[in-house]
Amino acid sequence: MSNPTKMKAVASNGVTEVRTLMQHEMETGRRKDESGNLVPAWYITDIRVQHNGKTVLEGQFGTSVSKNPFLVFRFKGGKAGDKLTLSWTDNRGEKRADEVAIS
Amino acid sequence: MHELDRSTIDGGRRQALKTGVGLGLFGMFTTLGLLPKSAWAAVDRKAFDAKSLKEALQAMGGLAPADSNLINLDVPETAENGATVPVIVESKLPRTEQIAILVDKNPTALVENWTIPEGTEGFISTRIKMAQTSTVIALVKADGKFYKVAKEVKVTAGGC
Repeated sequence: MSNPTKMKAVASNGVTEVRTLMQHEMETGRRKDESGNLVPAWYITDIRVQHNGKTVLEGQFGTSVSKNPFLVFRFKGGKAGDKLTLSWTDNRGEKRADEVAIS
Repeated sequence: MHELDRSTIDGGRRQALKTGVGLGLFGMFTTLGLLPKSAWAAVDRKAFDAKSLKEALQAMGGLAPADSNLINLDVPETAENGATVPVIVESKLPRTEQIAILVDKNPTALVENWTIPEGTEGFISTRIKMAQTSTVIALVKADGKFYKVAKEVKVTAGGC
């Protein structure tokens, strides 16, 4: 069971800045545990952010993104109260979508 | 024994209910288009398997990107912890449509690939893992052409 993405979006002067921390282990598949066994790769592969249903950012990750991926980006438009949704899929097929209102 | 049986059955039913609700939500998100699916300017997943920078660029269709001073790549000169290296890419190129971050000496070079729709700024701030001291490359596609800027980051303790 995955944890919700921490997300904050602030609109100012016609631009919305989105700051997010996705909650994910992001295992590269190259790390060894205490017993020396390789920990299998487990990482987010696809990300999409939508503002009122319109895609404002879409991305793909490889294995070398830091644990609990941090992301900041900006898009034109957006006003207080608008809905912003970040959804991701990982390489195990797990998915989640979290929503925040722009402030 | 009966008690045990009943609780198992109840447990099974509860699980079935949970799964049902889960599928319902999944269906709803799919209908609303809220889940990531293979996208317009997305790269072929095999670009992420490429070991070398050259192979990765080839898989992305940007083998010979031109240097550009309209891309700003903000990385630390030295990263004490290779597990979290802050990277900021800002493209002032008109019609920036794609931003990718690559690390030459990582086990797989391509780290992140972003599609920038119209109305979204050519700006990405993120944190990546670096295995060792290496060149970090910001690859930008703007108006159909690839551009790049590269900087070296010294890594004290690798994080891959």
